[in-house]
Amino acid sequence: MTQAKTFHTETLALHAGQSPDAAFGARATPIYYTTSYVFPDSDHAAALFNLERPGHVYSRISNPTNAVLEERIAALEGGVGAIATASGQAALHLAIVTLMGAGSHIVASRALYGGSHNLLTYTLPRFGITTTFVDPCDTDAWVRAIRPETRLLFGESIGNPGLDVLDIPAVADIAHAARVPLLIDATLVTPCLQQPLALGADLVLHSATKFLGGHGVAVGGLLVDGGRFDWEASGLFPTLTEPYDGFHGMDFAEESPVAAFALRARREGLRDFGACLSPMNAFQILQGMETLPLRMRAHVANAQTVAEHLLAHPLVQKVSYPGLPTHPGHALAQRLLPHGCGSVMSFELQGGRTAGRAFIEGLRVFSHLANVGDAKSLVIHPASTTHFRMTDEDLASAGIGEGTIRLSIGLENATDLIEDLDRGLHAAGRTLKKG
Amino acid sequence: MLRTISGHPVLIYTGGRPFDPQRPVIVFIHGAGHDHSVWNFQARHFAHHGYSVVAPDLPSHGRSGGELLASIEAVANWIVSLLDEMRIPQASLVGHSMGSLVALQTAAQAPERIQRLVLVGSVAPMPVASPLLEAARTDRDLAHSMINQWSYTPASQIGASASPGMCLTNVNRSIMEHQAEGVLASDLAACNAYVQGLDAAARVRCPTAMICGERDQMTPMRTAGALREALSTAARTRIITIPGSGHAMMAEAPEILTDSIRGFLLEE
Repeated sequence: MTQAKTFHTETLALHAGQSPDAAFGARATPIYYTTSYVFPDSDHAAALFNLERPGHVYSRISNPTNAVLEERIAALEGGVGAIATASGQAALHLAIVTLMGAGSHIVASRALYGGSHNLLTYTLPRFGITTTFVDPCDTDAWVRAIRPETRLLFGESIGNPGLDVLDIPAVADIAHAARVPLLIDATLVTPCLQQPLALGADLVLHSATKFLGGHGVAVGGLLVDGGRFDWEASGLFPTLTEPYDGFHGMDFAEESPVAAFALRARREGLRDFGACLSPMNAFQILQGMETLPLRMRAHVANAQTVAEHLLAHPLVQKVSYPGLPTHPGHALAQRLLPHGCGSVMSFELQGGRTAGRAFIEGLRVFSHLANVGDAKSLVIHPASTTHFRMTDEDLASAGIGEGTIRLSIGLENATDLIEDLDRGLHAAGRTLKKG
Repeated sequence: MLRTISGHPVLIYTGGRPFDPQRPVIVFIHGAGHDHSVWNFQARHFAHHGYSVVAPDLPSHGRSGGELLASIEAVANWIVSLLDEMRIPQASLVGHSMGSLVALQTAAQAPERIQRLVLVGSVAPMPVASPLLEAARTDRDLAHSMINQWSYTPASQIGASASPGMCLTNVNRSIMEHQAEGVLASDLAACNAYVQGLDAAARVRCPTAMICGERDQMTPMRTAGALREALSTAARTRIITIPGSGHAMMAEAPEILTDSIRGFLLEE
C-alpha cells in the first residue's frame, strides 16, 4: 500500500510553523517585539490592508512570533489555522463573538472550568447571549437543550474538575444535526493525547497557560479553526456568510470556504476586542511546546501512579481520574484518549473542609495555587477557590464536594509525590482523630 | 457572486470588487479538487489594480452546481460558455495545474477570445501517478496526503506560512475535503487522459507565460520542456521560475506569483 509522508506529533511540536530566521539564521524562534511593521511603499501598505498580500501590519492583528505559535497548534490539531489570544478565556470569548450576537444561545457542558462557567452564566447574558448547561455524559440532554437560536455546543475533552470524559463524536453528531459547530476546550489533554477535530469537533481552544506552555510562566490562549464546518450550508451564521461592512464588505465564507471563521476572528475579533497575545508570551509557550510530547507522556505516567495510590488509601473516599477502571468514563477514555487521560484529577477526602485544609497545608512538594498543567505538581480546593461563585447545587452537579481536592500531577519523581501526598493525608487523618 | 452559467448556479469570486465588463478581464481557473479560494491573493490584487476578475468554482466544485465535467475539453467548452454568458469578448486566462490545461485548451480552440495565457505549474501531457489515481477513487484521505506531499516543498510542509497563523497543507486538505465525492478522482483522470496538450499548444496565438516552481514535484520543471518548445514555436512565450517554490505557488509564494503574472500581463 502506498503511503504518503506526514510529520508526526513530536516533529511538529518542534518545527511546525517555523523555518530558520531568514535575516540571521537564528534557529530558535525570534521574539518580534514590535508593535508595527514598516511598509516598503504605499502600494504595499494598501495591499496589506486589502489582503492582496500576506504579511503583518500591527501586532494586535498578527505578529511573526505569534504566527509561529498559531501555525504550530494548527498543525498539531489538524486545523486550517489558529488565533493566539491573551488567555484561554479570551479564546473562548473570541469564538463566541465571532459566531453570534445578542439573542443567540449556547448549549454547554455543566462540567466546565470555573472561568468559562462565569463567562457563560454571569457575563454573556448581559450581552444577550444565554447558555443552557447540561450533564456532559447525557447525550439526550444535549439534544433537548437545543433551541432554534442555538449557535454553538461547547464542552471540555475532560470536564474540569469532575474529569468527565466527553463523547465528542456523539456530541458532534448532535451539533451537526442542528447545523451548529462543536467547540472543544482541549486544555487538559493537548493534541498529544487527543485531537478533537479528528473526532468530529469543529473548533478547539486551549488555555496555553497550562500544559502547552507547561512551566507556569506565561498566560495565553489559542483558538483553532478546524476548517470542515460548512457555514454556507448551515445558513445560521450571517457573520460568516453575509458581506461585512466593517471589512471591505467581505463575505468571509465566499472569501475562504474553509477558513472563514479564522479570517473573521482575526480581522474583526482581534482588531476590535483586542485580546491579542504578547509575542514574549508566545515565545515562552513555544519553548514549552517543543517538549510537549515528552512532558505529556511523563505527566500521564505519574498521574496514573498517583491515582492508583490514592484509590487504595483509607482516607480517600473517591478518586476521579478516567485512567482508573473505577471512573465512569474509563471505557470512553480508552476509546477517545488511548494515550492517556492527562494529569489532572480530583479526589474526595474524608472529613470535608477541615480535613481538606489540613491536607493541603501538610504538603511540601505540591504547590497550593490556582492553576493546572505546570511541570510542578499543584493542588487546590475548588469549592473555596476556582468555583467559589457556584451555588452548592451547581457545585454538586459539576461533581464538586466540600472535600474535593484537585491535583495537577507534575514531572517530579512519583515516589516523592506519593510521599508528599501521604504526608498530607496523615495530617488530614489527625483532624479526623481530633474530631 | 452567484451567476447562472449553462443553466446552473456558479459561484464566481471577483476578488472583492464588483465585476465590471469595461475593464480588462482575467479568468483564474483552479486545479483538481480545488475551488476559487486558491486564488485569493492574486484575485484581490488584480481586482484592485485595474482588472475585472472572474474566478469561478468549476461545475460541481465548491458552491457551483452543474454536472461534473469529465474531460479537459469539456471544461474548456464551459469556460467559453462562461465568457459568452458574461458577455466577455476577450479575457486573459490564468490556470493552475489542471486549470492550466483547461486554459491551454481554451486558448487553442477559441484563440480570438484569449488575450494572454498564463500556465502555472503546467506540463503537457500531465500523466498522474497511478497510485494517486487509485487513491482518489478509493481512499480520499490518502490521496489528499499524497497531493500535499507532492504539491508543497518539505519546508512548506513544516510551515512558516506567509499567511499569519494558517497551516497551508491543512488548508489545502480542507479545500479538497469540501468537494463532493468523486470530484478529485474525475479531475485527476481528466488530467491523465488529456494527451493533446502539445497539439493545443501549437494552436495558441496569444503571448503565453509558463510559471514553474523550482521545486515542483507534481509538475516538475524537467518535464515541462516539450510544452515549452511547442508554445515557443507557436507564440511569444515567457518562462518564469519561482525560486524555492513547489507546485502550490499561489500559497507557497503568493507575492512572487502575483508579481510574475502582473509583470507578464503588463509586458508590451
